[in-house]
Amino acid sequence: MSELPDYVSGDAARPVPTGPLLEVTDLSISFASPRGLVRAVNGVSFRVERGRTIGIVGESGSGKTVLSRSIMNLLPTQTTRRSGSVRFDGREILGLDAHDMRSLWGAEMAMVFQDPMTSLNPVVKIGRQITESLRLHLELGRADAVKRAVELLESVGIPEPGRRIREYPHQLSGGMRQRVVIAIALACDPRLLLADEPTTALDVTVQAQILDLLARAQAERHMTMLLVTHDLGVVANRTDEILVMYAGQVVERAPTWRLFADYRMPYTEALMRSIPRIEQPSHTRLLTVPGRPPDLIDPPSGCPFAPRCAYAQDRCTLEAPPLIPADTPGHDYACWYPVGSDEGAAALAVNRRLGRIQAGADPTDVVA
Amino acid sequence: MNETVMDGAPAPGIAHLRLEADPLLRVEHLVVEFPIAGGRVHAVSDVSFDVVAGETLGLVGESGCGKSTTGRAVLQLPRPSSGSVRFEGTELTSLSGTELRRVRPRLQMIFQDPISSLNPRRRVFDIVAEPLAIAGVKDAVRHRVNAMLEQVGLDPDAGERRPHQFSGGQCQRISIARALMLDPKVLICDEPVSALDVSVQAQILNLLEDMKARYGLTMVFIAHDLAVVKNISDRVAVMYLGKLCELAPADDLYRAPRHPYTAALLSSIPVPDPAASKPAGLPEALAGEIPSPVMPPSGCRFRTRCPRAQSRCADVEPAMREMAPGQFAACHFPLDPPTAL
Repeated sequence: MSELPDYVSGDAARPVPTGPLLEVTDLSISFASPRGLVRAVNGVSFRVERGRTIGIVGESGSGKTVLSRSIMNLLPTQTTRRSGSVRFDGREILGLDAHDMRSLWGAEMAMVFQDPMTSLNPVVKIGRQITESLRLHLELGRADAVKRAVELLESVGIPEPGRRIREYPHQLSGGMRQRVVIAIALACDPRLLLADEPTTALDVTVQAQILDLLARAQAERHMTMLLVTHDLGVVANRTDEILVMYAGQVVERAPTWRLFADYRMPYTEALMRSIPRIEQPSHTRLLTVPGRPPDLIDPPSGCPFAPRCAYAQDRCTLEAPPLIPADTPGHDYACWYPVGSDEGAAALAVNRRLGRIQAGADPTDVVA
Repeated sequence: MNETVMDGAPAPGIAHLRLEADPLLRVEHLVVEFPIAGGRVHAVSDVSFDVVAGETLGLVGESGCGKSTTGRAVLQLPRPSSGSVRFEGTELTSLSGTELRRVRPRLQMIFQDPISSLNPRRRVFDIVAEPLAIAGVKDAVRHRVNAMLEQVGLDPDAGERRPHQFSGGQCQRISIARALMLDPKVLICDEPVSALDVSVQAQILNLLEDMKARYGLTMVFIAHDLAVVKNISDRVAVMYLGKLCELAPADDLYRAPRHPYTAALLSSIPVPDPAASKPAGLPEALAGEIPSPVMPPSGCRFRTRCPRAQSRCADVEPAMREMAPGQFAACHFPLDPPTAL
C-alpha cells in the first residue's frame, strides 16, 4: 500500500495513548417488545487494549450484534434500555446522542456490517459515499477528497478505482462492495474498527481475501479491532483474544490459543466440536447440542446453557455461575462443572448413568 | 462442442462416469442456459456425473458456479437446455409432465431456506401429509405423518402448529419429513444447513446421515462449505462457472487436490485451530472474482484466476482425466500429489 498522507497518519496530532482503548463494564441492553423485555445483553464486561484484535463469537441470538451496535451507539433510543458503562479512550460514551456521536463515528470508531448491499446507499455513487466522511471529519476539499477516495479504493484492492468511484453499488460484486464498505470505514483512520460478521455473506475464497485485507489494514494503521462472528474458523488465526457469548452473556474468554487448547465451558466445547472439520475423515459423527438457544424474553434462571448442556446438574438450573478465572491469566469461564475438571467428569458420569444425555450429545462418545 | 466421438471410446469429458456400474442416477452433458437481454447465462455447461445407490455425492462450489441449477435440472426444475438425466434407467428429459409426476415421488428435494420453503399458512401436519395426498395414499395418513415427525425428532404435537412457530433447524426437520414421506430413492439437498446456526447444523447433518441409513437413500448434497460437504459425502464434485473441475472420493480430494481450483478452495477455508499451518504446497488465497457466466472465458474457465495457467488453457478446454484411481480432474497442468510420508 502507498504511504499515507500526513493528514491521515494521525500520530502527530494525537497524544501518547494510555490505558485500554475500549472498556465495557457490566453492560446490559434490553428492548421493550410486545411480548416483554428482551434481555439481549446481560452484564457484559471486557476491555480491549490498543492495537489488539478481539473476537466475539456466538450464534444468532447470543447478543453479539447488539453488543457491537451498543458500543457504536447505533441502537434506537426510544425502545432500548441500557445500563453499565462503555468507555472509549477514557470517555463514557454509552447513551450519547447522535449529535455527540457524530464526531466519533467514522473518525474515531467505524463499523463494517455483514451485508454489503444494504450497508451502502443504493442510489448514491460510491465516490460520494467515501468522500462524505473525508469532507466532514478531515475537512478536505472536493478534489482532495476524491483523490483520497481513489487511493483508499486502491488500498483495499479495487481495480480501476478512478472508474469505480463513479459507479453505483449494484454495479459491484458482493466482495467488491465489502471492500468499498471497508474503504469507507478506514477513510478517516479510525482507532477502533468493529467488524460485524464482515464475511458471512461472501464466498469462501472472497472471505479469505477480505479477512486478509482487514488484518493488513489493522497492522498498518495500528487499529484496534472487534471481530464479531459465528465462525470459530474466522477468529482462530486473526485475533488475540476471544469472548464466547451465549444468551447475552460472556460465558468464556481467553487468549485465542488458550481457548482452543483448553476450553472449560461446555458451550465452547459444543461449538468447537459440532463444526465439521476438513481434516476429519468423511462421515465423522458430529457432536450435537440438543435444543436451541434460549428465549431472551424469559431466560431460564441459573446457567443459560443448562437446558442443553451434557454436564448440567441441579445446581446449574438454580444458580447462575459467575465468570471465574481459570489457571491461565486472562482466561475466565462461567461454569460449575467445567470441561476437563474432576467435577465436570463426575457430572457427566452422573448424567450418563441417569440417561439424561441425548444420543449424540455426549462429548466422550464423539471422537475429538 | 467436440463432435468427434469414436466408436467404443467414451465421449470426451465423461471419462469420470462409471460406465460399468449401474448407477441410480446418471447425468450426461447437462447444459442449462437462460436467455437474458443481450446474451445467454451459461449456468451449467456440459456437466456429467453419476451416483450409485446408497452413495452421497457432494456438489461444491462458490455462488454462481451452477451447483444449485444442476441439482434442480436433475429434477427437471426447470428442464435442462440439453443433455441427459437418467434415473433408474428412465430418461427424465423426454418425459411428459404426467410421466414426470409419476417419477418425482422417488426424487425429492430439500431447499436452503427452511422457512420460506414451507407454506406459512398451513399446519405442519398438512404440509407433511401433502405428498401422500398427491400420491393418492389414503390409508393411515395420520399414523404415517406422526411416525415421520417423530423420526425427524419433532414432538407429536408439532403437526398442529404452523411453520412460524418453529426455529430454522426445526423447519428443516419438517422439510426433511415432507421429502421422505413417499419413501424416495434419491434426495437432493440444496444447501440444507447453510442458513442454520453451527450447533443446529450438526443436528441436521447427523439427522440426514441417520435418515440415509434408515431409508436407504442416495443423496446429492449441494453446499458451498467444503467441510460440511466432506463430512457427509462419499464422493465430491467441485464446480466452477458451470463446469466440473474435479471429482474424487471425499478423503482423496481433500488429501490430494489435483485441480488448482480445488486446492485454492481448500486453502481458503478458515481453520478453527490457531496452531494450524496451511498445508505446504497449497496456494495463497485466490485473487480476483468469478467471471460472468454470460461471457465465460475460452478454454478452461478457471484460467483467468489460475496461478498455473498457460496459453494452452485459453485455447483448449481440458477434459476430465483420471489422475489417480477414482480421482478425476479437468486440468492441463494438474498439481502433483503430495509425496507419501
